[in-house]
Amino acid sequence: MVQLTLPKNSRMTTGKTWPKPEGASNLRKFQIYRWSPDDGKNPQLDTYYVDMDTCGPMILDALIKIKSEIDPTLSFRRSCREGICGSCAMNIDGINTLACIYGMDEIKGDVRIYPLPHTEVVRDLIPDLTHFYAQHASIMPWLETKTNRPAKEWKQSIEDREKLDGLYECVMCASCSTSCPSYWWNGDKYLGPAALLHAYRWIIDSRDEATGARLDELEDPFKLYRCHTIMNCTKTCPKGLNPAKAIAQIKKMMLERVV
Amino acid sequence: MRYLTDRKRAEGKGASHSGTEHFWYMKVSAFGLALIVPMFLYVLGGAIGGSHAEVLATFSQPGPAILTGLVLVVGLQHFQKGALVMLEDYSHGSMRRVLIMLLVAMIYGLTATGLYALAKIAL
Ligand code: SF4
Ligand code: FES
Repeated sequence: MVQLTLPKNSRMTTGKTWPKPEGASNLRKFQIYRWSPDDGKNPQLDTYYVDMDTCGPMILDALIKIKSEIDPTLSFRRSCREGICGSCAMNIDGINTLACIYGMDEIKGDVRIYPLPHTEVVRDLIPDLTHFYAQHASIMPWLETKTNRPAKEWKQSIEDREKLDGLYECVMCASCSTSCPSYWWNGDKYLGPAALLHAYRWIIDSRDEATGARLDELEDPFKLYRCHTIMNCTKTCPKGLNPAKAIAQIKKMMLERVV
Repeated sequence: MRYLTDRKRAEGKGASHSGTEHFWYMKVSAFGLALIVPMFLYVLGGAIGGSHAEVLATFSQPGPAILTGLVLVVGLQHFQKGALVMLEDYSHGSMRRVLIMLLVAMIYGLTATGLYALAKIAL
């Protein structure tokens, strides 16, 4: 359901301002969303100052520095720190992106960091992606075949393999889906750009033999057609992918079945 | 509290196997409207400023009358299907169903009224 104002217990309050590091001259101000399920308080915006002379260039470097030198309770997900695992997605300076590949120099002024929008928050910058992952699983993200397994391998031409470029690189960070207003309002039923991009990745795979069944499962006013080509997904994808185009291709294939 | 698995929640009631027709209708009607609305506005623009009798005379000719009927029917059907999506986006549950029924009733009402007026002028 559309919500134009935040629920009462989600309204932001001003948080703690943490002391500036001593002796540092090149400081950058960070305002970071904090919420804990343990204390029953509303979320708050804490202020931290980071010494840029001793900090790496990426937003994730600053977050790790804050956690190890200023406030060990600050919680966020990260793993690979090179844009491959997709775990450090958050809303930085109003943009859903990966903290590990988003440079501090891309932001003017103070840095504001929130969890991915319109998600249930587990703690601080950690969103609950349970439903997002379950939706991904629902599109059968694997090769479905009916023909007897070949002795050696399922072959694919170079041209057909190229069709997967721009799709297989998705790291399931959820930046796109959580930037989509349709997913905000109807995310319970709309699969969202990430799951649909993955659905298309398997639909277009020349080796897959469940194309029709896959299209059948997507043909629905909510699962697929809630996409209104808003294109926030494509604009925000930190991997430079184009989920909106993948969705448009699925719609085109749906049309080819009936017209 | 219901003990549903995440996967069951995501699968929901499955796919309704519909939606493509709506998608196609919106494309086709948008294309059609892009052609007939400028023509209708041209005819309407020509009639503006004329006396009551002159306007009636313009719209009682077969061409403008058929064009007006087309704009009315295709335009309102396009509007209905577009507004339906909006209601599905922003309302939920019983409220959604009631609003959709009201929308459909309103569109049929407007279509019937418009066609009645057109028939009175043209026939
Ligand atoms: S398409 Fe891009 S933004 Fe969406 S989940 Fe994949 S990598 Fe993240
Ligand atoms: S830490 Fe892996 S994508 Fe950022």
